[in-house]
Amino acid sequence: MIDLGPHAAFIIWAYAGVTLAVGALIALRIGQSRRIERRLSALEAQGVRRRSEKSA
Amino acid sequence: MSIDTTPRQSWWTRIAHPGQFTAWTTPWLKPLAVVTVLLFALGLWFAFFNSPEDYQLGDTVRIMYVHVPTAWLSQFIYAAMAVSAVGTLVWRHPMADVSMKAAAPLGATFTALALFTGSLWGRPTWGTFWEWDGRMTSTLVLLLIYLGIIALWRAFEDQLRAARVVAIFTLVGAVNIPIIKFSVDWWATLHQPASVFRPDGPRMPGSILTPLFVMLFAFTFLFFTLHLMGMHTEIKRRRLINLERRAAERGGAA
Repeated sequence: MIDLGPHAAFIIWAYAGVTLAVGALIALRIGQSRRIERRLSALEAQGVRRRSEKSA
Repeated sequence: MSIDTTPRQSWWTRIAHPGQFTAWTTPWLKPLAVVTVLLFALGLWFAFFNSPEDYQLGDTVRIMYVHVPTAWLSQFIYAAMAVSAVGTLVWRHPMADVSMKAAAPLGATFTALALFTGSLWGRPTWGTFWEWDGRMTSTLVLLLIYLGIIALWRAFEDQLRAARVVAIFTLVGAVNIPIIKFSVDWWATLHQPASVFRPDGPRMPGSILTPLFVMLFAFTFLFFTLHLMGMHTEIKRRRLINLERRAAERGGAA
Protein backbone atom coordinates (compact mmCIF):
# COMPACT_ATOMS: atom_id res chain seq x y z
CA MET A 1 0.00 0.00 0.00
CA ILE A 2 1.28 3.44 -0.83
CA ASP A 3 1.89 6.09 1.81
CA LEU A 4 -1.29 8.20 1.92
CA GLY A 5 0.32 11.10 3.72
CA PRO A 6 -0.88 13.08 6.76
CA HIS A 7 -4.58 12.85 5.78
CA ALA A 8 -4.64 9.06 5.33
CA ALA A 9 -7.50 8.64 7.84
CA PHE A 10 -9.83 10.84 5.72
CA ILE A 11 -9.00 8.88 2.55
CA ILE A 12 -9.47 5.49 4.26
CA TRP A 13 -12.78 6.58 5.83
CA ALA A 14 -14.05 7.84 2.45
CA TYR A 15 -13.26 4.56 0.65
CA ALA A 16 -14.48 2.44 3.58
CA GLY A 17 -17.80 4.32 3.68
CA VAL A 18 -18.32 3.96 -0.08
CA THR A 19 -17.40 0.24 0.02
CA LEU A 20 -19.80 -0.38 2.90
CA ALA A 21 -22.70 1.49 1.27
CA VAL A 22 -22.18 -0.11 -2.16
CA GLY A 23 -21.85 -3.56 -0.54
CA ALA A 24 -25.08 -2.97 1.39
CA LEU A 25 -26.87 -1.84 -1.81
CA ILE A 26 -25.77 -4.98 -3.68
CA ALA A 27 -26.74 -7.26 -0.76
CA LEU A 28 -30.13 -5.52 -0.45
CA ARG A 29 -30.88 -5.87 -4.18
CA ILE A 30 -29.92 -9.57 -4.23
CA GLY A 31 -31.78 -10.26 -0.94
CA GLN A 32 -34.99 -8.56 -2.14
CA SER A 33 -34.90 -10.43 -5.44
CA ARG A 34 -34.40 -13.83 -3.77
CA ARG A 35 -37.11 -13.20 -1.16
CA ILE A 36 -39.67 -12.30 -3.83
CA GLU A 37 -38.65 -15.23 -6.07
CA ARG A 38 -39.15 -17.64 -3.16
CA ARG A 39 -42.65 -16.30 -2.44
CA LEU A 40 -43.53 -16.34 -6.15
CA SER A 41 -42.38 -19.97 -6.53
CA ALA A 42 -44.41 -20.98 -3.47
CA LEU A 43 -47.58 -19.42 -4.91
CA GLU A 44 -47.01 -20.85 -8.37
CA ALA A 45 -46.45 -24.30 -6.84
CA GLN A 46 -49.93 -23.96 -5.29
CA GLY A 47 -51.28 -23.41 -8.81
CA VAL A 48 -52.11 -19.74 -8.34
CA ARG A 49 -52.17 -17.98 -11.71
CA ARG A 50 -53.25 -14.56 -12.91
CA ARG A 51 -56.60 -14.34 -14.70
CA SER A 52 -54.82 -13.66 -18.00
CA GLU A 53 -52.73 -16.84 -17.69
CA LYS A 54 -53.98 -20.28 -18.62
CA SER A 55 -53.79 -22.76 -15.76
CA ALA A 56 -51.14 -25.45 -16.27
CA MET B 1 -43.38 -21.03 -49.23
CA SER B 2 -44.98 -19.95 -45.97
CA ILE B 3 -45.63 -16.39 -45.03
CA ASP B 4 -44.71 -15.30 -41.52
CA THR B 5 -47.86 -13.69 -40.17
CA THR B 6 -46.48 -13.04 -36.66
CA PRO B 7 -46.83 -9.31 -36.01
CA ARG B 8 -43.43 -7.66 -35.68
CA GLN B 9 -43.07 -5.85 -32.37
CA SER B 10 -41.29 -2.57 -32.17
CA TRP B 11 -38.53 -1.92 -29.63
CA TRP B 12 -40.96 0.37 -27.77
CA THR B 13 -43.59 -2.40 -27.48
CA ARG B 14 -40.99 -4.95 -26.38
CA ILE B 15 -39.81 -2.83 -23.46
CA ALA B 16 -43.40 -1.92 -22.52
CA HIS B 17 -44.34 -5.50 -21.65
CA PRO B 18 -42.89 -6.46 -18.22
CA GLY B 19 -42.33 -10.12 -19.14
CA GLN B 20 -40.70 -9.28 -22.47
CA PHE B 21 -38.60 -6.54 -20.87
CA THR B 22 -37.26 -9.06 -18.31
CA ALA B 23 -36.59 -11.70 -20.98
CA TRP B 24 -34.89 -9.15 -23.23
CA THR B 25 -32.68 -7.55 -20.58
CA THR B 26 -31.75 -10.52 -18.33
CA PRO B 27 -28.84 -11.56 -20.61
CA TRP B 28 -27.35 -8.08 -20.10
CA LEU B 29 -26.97 -8.46 -16.33
CA LYS B 30 -23.86 -10.66 -16.21
CA PRO B 31 -21.87 -8.72 -18.83
CA LEU B 32 -22.78 -5.45 -17.06
CA ALA B 33 -21.62 -6.87 -13.71
CA VAL B 34 -18.35 -8.15 -15.23
CA VAL B 35 -17.59 -4.79 -16.90
CA THR B 36 -18.37 -3.02 -13.58
CA VAL B 37 -15.95 -5.24 -11.61
CA LEU B 38 -13.19 -4.82 -14.23
CA LEU B 39 -13.64 -1.03 -14.29
CA PHE B 40 -13.49 -0.85 -10.47
CA ALA B 41 -10.35 -3.03 -10.39
CA LEU B 42 -8.68 -0.79 -12.97
CA GLY B 43 -9.93 2.42 -11.33
CA LEU B 44 -8.73 1.44 -7.84
CA TRP B 45 -5.36 0.38 -9.22
CA PHE B 46 -5.01 3.80 -10.87
CA ALA B 47 -6.35 5.60 -7.77
CA PHE B 48 -3.91 4.03 -5.30
CA PHE B 49 -0.94 2.70 -7.29
CA ASN B 50 -0.65 4.62 -10.53
CA SER B 51 -1.57 8.26 -9.94
CA PRO B 52 0.42 11.06 -8.38
CA GLU B 53 -0.59 13.22 -5.45
CA ASP B 54 -1.87 16.66 -6.41
CA TYR B 55 0.59 19.57 -6.06
CA GLN B 56 -1.94 21.45 -3.87
CA LEU B 57 -4.33 18.81 -2.48
CA GLY B 58 -1.69 16.18 -1.80
CA ASP B 59 -3.07 12.64 -1.36
CA THR B 60 -6.59 13.88 -0.56
CA VAL B 61 -7.05 14.13 -4.35
CA ARG B 62 -7.69 10.34 -4.15
CA ILE B 63 -11.01 11.11 -2.38
CA MET B 64 -12.05 12.84 -5.63
CA TYR B 65 -12.05 9.44 -7.39
CA VAL B 66 -15.07 8.41 -5.29
CA HIS B 67 -16.56 11.87 -4.63
CA VAL B 68 -16.89 13.08 -8.24
CA PRO B 69 -18.51 9.83 -9.54
CA THR B 70 -21.03 9.67 -6.65
CA ALA B 71 -21.86 13.38 -7.12
CA TRP B 72 -22.27 12.81 -10.88
CA LEU B 73 -24.58 9.83 -10.24
CA SER B 74 -26.67 11.81 -7.73
CA GLN B 75 -27.65 14.17 -10.57
CA PHE B 76 -27.61 11.67 -13.46
CA ILE B 77 -30.00 9.32 -11.62
CA TYR B 78 -32.37 12.19 -10.91
CA ALA B 79 -32.28 13.21 -14.59
CA ALA B 80 -33.06 9.57 -15.54
CA MET B 81 -35.97 9.59 -13.07
CA ALA B 82 -37.28 12.86 -14.57
CA VAL B 83 -37.22 11.30 -18.08
CA SER B 84 -39.06 8.25 -16.68
CA ALA B 85 -41.57 10.60 -15.01
CA VAL B 86 -42.36 12.08 -18.45
CA GLY B 87 -42.79 8.50 -19.72
CA THR B 88 -45.26 7.82 -16.92
CA LEU B 89 -47.30 11.01 -17.34
CA VAL B 90 -47.31 11.30 -21.15
CA TRP B 91 -47.26 7.69 -22.41
CA ARG B 92 -48.30 5.81 -19.24
CA HIS B 93 -45.39 3.51 -20.06
CA PRO B 94 -45.42 0.64 -17.50
CA MET B 95 -41.63 0.32 -17.44
CA ALA B 96 -41.25 4.07 -16.75
CA ASP B 97 -42.96 3.55 -13.35
CA VAL B 98 -40.73 0.58 -12.62
CA SER B 99 -37.61 2.51 -13.66
CA MET B 100 -38.50 5.48 -11.41
CA LYS B 101 -39.13 3.27 -8.41
CA ALA B 102 -35.96 1.19 -8.84
CA ALA B 103 -33.75 4.27 -9.29
CA ALA B 104 -34.82 6.28 -6.21
CA PRO B 105 -32.94 4.29 -3.49
CA LEU B 106 -29.82 4.26 -5.68
CA GLY B 107 -30.03 8.02 -6.16
CA ALA B 108 -30.48 8.57 -2.42
CA THR B 109 -27.48 6.35 -1.59
CA PHE B 110 -25.15 7.99 -4.11
CA THR B 111 -26.23 11.48 -3.00
CA ALA B 112 -25.54 10.56 0.66
CA LEU B 113 -22.13 9.19 -0.43
CA ALA B 114 -21.34 12.40 -2.36
CA LEU B 115 -22.06 14.42 0.81
CA PHE B 116 -20.09 11.98 2.99
CA THR B 117 -16.98 11.87 0.79
CA GLY B 118 -17.21 15.63 0.14
CA SER B 119 -17.18 16.41 3.85
CA LEU B 120 -14.21 14.06 4.38
CA TRP B 121 -12.39 15.94 1.63
CA GLY B 122 -13.50 19.33 3.00
CA ARG B 123 -12.09 18.87 6.49
CA PRO B 124 -8.39 18.68 5.52
CA THR B 125 -8.84 21.06 2.56
CA TRP B 126 -11.15 23.80 3.84
CA GLY B 127 -10.85 23.12 7.56
CA THR B 128 -14.52 22.17 7.94
CA PHE B 129 -16.70 19.12 7.35
CA TRP B 130 -19.72 21.23 6.37
CA GLU B 131 -20.59 24.72 5.19
CA TRP B 132 -24.07 25.95 4.29
CA ASP B 133 -22.99 27.09 0.85
CA GLY B 134 -24.93 26.78 -2.42
CA ARG B 135 -23.51 23.49 -3.70
CA MET B 136 -23.63 21.58 -0.41
CA THR B 137 -27.05 22.87 0.64
CA SER B 138 -28.65 22.15 -2.77
CA THR B 139 -27.16 18.63 -2.72
CA LEU B 140 -28.61 18.09 0.77
CA VAL B 141 -31.98 19.27 -0.62
CA LEU B 142 -31.57 16.66 -3.40
CA LEU B 143 -31.08 13.94 -0.77
CA LEU B 144 -34.26 15.09 1.02
CA ILE B 145 -36.16 15.02 -2.31
CA TYR B 146 -34.98 11.43 -2.93
CA LEU B 147 -36.10 10.42 0.58
CA GLY B 148 -39.46 12.13 -0.02
CA ILE B 149 -39.90 10.17 -3.27
CA ILE B 150 -39.10 6.86 -1.53
CA ALA B 151 -41.62 7.72 1.22
CA LEU B 152 -44.27 8.59 -1.41
CA TRP B 153 -43.84 5.21 -3.14
CA ARG B 154 -44.42 3.51 0.22
CA ALA B 155 -47.41 5.69 1.11
CA PHE B 156 -49.66 4.32 -1.67
CA GLU B 157 -50.93 0.78 -1.91
CA ASP B 158 -52.01 1.35 -5.52
CA GLN B 159 -48.65 1.61 -7.31
CA LEU B 160 -50.15 3.00 -10.53
CA ARG B 161 -51.62 5.93 -8.60
CA ALA B 162 -48.35 6.33 -6.68
CA ALA B 163 -46.46 6.48 -9.99
CA ARG B 164 -48.46 9.51 -11.18
CA VAL B 165 -48.02 11.39 -7.88
CA VAL B 166 -44.29 10.53 -7.75
CA ALA B 167 -43.86 11.57 -11.41
CA ILE B 168 -45.29 15.04 -10.73
CA PHE B 169 -43.20 15.39 -7.54
CA THR B 170 -40.07 14.27 -9.46
CA LEU B 171 -40.62 16.81 -12.24
CA VAL B 172 -41.17 19.64 -9.73
CA GLY B 173 -38.02 18.60 -7.85
CA ALA B 174 -36.01 18.59 -11.12
CA VAL B 175 -35.65 22.36 -10.77
CA ASN B 176 -33.00 21.59 -8.13
CA ILE B 177 -30.63 19.95 -10.67
CA PRO B 178 -29.63 23.16 -12.54
CA ILE B 179 -29.43 24.89 -9.13
CA ILE B 180 -26.84 22.29 -8.00
CA LYS B 181 -24.95 22.57 -11.29
CA PHE B 182 -24.78 26.37 -11.44
CA SER B 183 -24.66 27.09 -7.68
CA VAL B 184 -20.87 27.44 -7.88
CA ASP B 185 -21.24 30.13 -10.58
CA TRP B 186 -24.22 32.00 -9.12
CA TRP B 187 -23.07 32.32 -5.50
CA ALA B 188 -19.77 32.74 -3.69
CA THR B 189 -19.12 29.21 -2.42
CA LEU B 190 -16.35 27.22 -0.80
CA HIS B 191 -16.89 24.54 -3.44
CA GLN B 192 -14.68 24.93 -6.49
CA PRO B 193 -16.29 25.67 -9.91
CA ALA B 194 -16.41 23.04 -12.68
CA SER B 195 -12.91 21.75 -13.37
CA VAL B 196 -13.48 18.80 -15.74
CA PHE B 197 -16.28 19.68 -18.19
CA ARG B 198 -15.32 23.22 -19.18
CA PRO B 199 -15.42 24.99 -22.57
CA ASP B 200 -11.64 25.51 -22.38
CA GLY B 201 -10.97 21.87 -21.40
CA PRO B 202 -10.23 20.14 -18.09
CA ARG B 203 -8.09 21.93 -15.53
CA MET B 204 -6.21 18.84 -14.40
CA PRO B 205 -3.43 16.69 -15.83
CA GLY B 206 -4.04 13.36 -17.59
CA SER B 207 -2.49 11.43 -14.68
CA ILE B 208 -5.40 12.55 -12.45
CA LEU B 209 -8.07 12.64 -15.18
CA THR B 210 -7.48 8.96 -16.09
CA PRO B 211 -8.41 7.44 -12.68
CA LEU B 212 -11.24 9.96 -12.39
CA PHE B 213 -12.81 8.89 -15.70
CA VAL B 214 -12.27 5.16 -15.08
CA MET B 215 -14.00 5.47 -11.68
CA LEU B 216 -16.74 7.60 -13.27
CA PHE B 217 -17.48 4.80 -15.76
CA ALA B 218 -17.17 2.13 -13.01
CA PHE B 219 -19.81 3.85 -10.85
CA THR B 220 -22.05 4.50 -13.87
CA PHE B 221 -21.94 0.82 -14.86
CA LEU B 222 -22.60 -0.12 -11.22
CA PHE B 223 -25.73 2.02 -11.41
CA PHE B 224 -26.82 0.38 -14.72
CA THR B 225 -26.37 -3.09 -13.17
CA LEU B 226 -28.16 -2.33 -9.88
CA HIS B 227 -30.93 -0.41 -11.65
CA LEU B 228 -31.64 -3.29 -14.02
CA MET B 229 -31.63 -5.73 -11.07
CA GLY B 230 -33.99 -3.42 -9.20
CA MET B 231 -36.34 -3.19 -12.20
CA HIS B 232 -36.48 -6.99 -12.52
CA THR B 233 -37.25 -7.26 -8.78
CA GLU B 234 -39.99 -4.62 -9.02
CA ILE B 235 -41.60 -6.47 -11.94
CA LYS B 236 -41.56 -9.69 -9.88
CA ARG B 237 -42.96 -7.82 -6.84
CA ARG B 238 -45.92 -6.58 -8.91
CA ARG B 239 -46.55 -10.11 -10.18
CA LEU B 240 -46.35 -11.37 -6.57
CA ILE B 241 -48.93 -8.79 -5.42
CA ASN B 242 -51.26 -9.93 -8.27
CA LEU B 243 -50.84 -13.59 -7.36
CA GLU B 244 -51.34 -12.95 -3.64
CA ARG B 245 -54.57 -11.09 -4.44
CA ARG B 246 -55.64 -13.97 -6.70
CA ALA B 247 -54.82 -16.50 -3.95
CA ALA B 248 -56.85 -14.44 -1.45
CA GLU B 249 -59.81 -14.37 -3.87
CA ARG B 250 -59.62 -18.14 -4.31
CA GLY B 251 -59.40 -18.58 -0.56
CA GLY B 252 -62.41 -16.31 -0.05
CA ALA B 253 -64.46 -18.09 -2.73
CA ALA B 254 -63.71 -21.56 -1.31
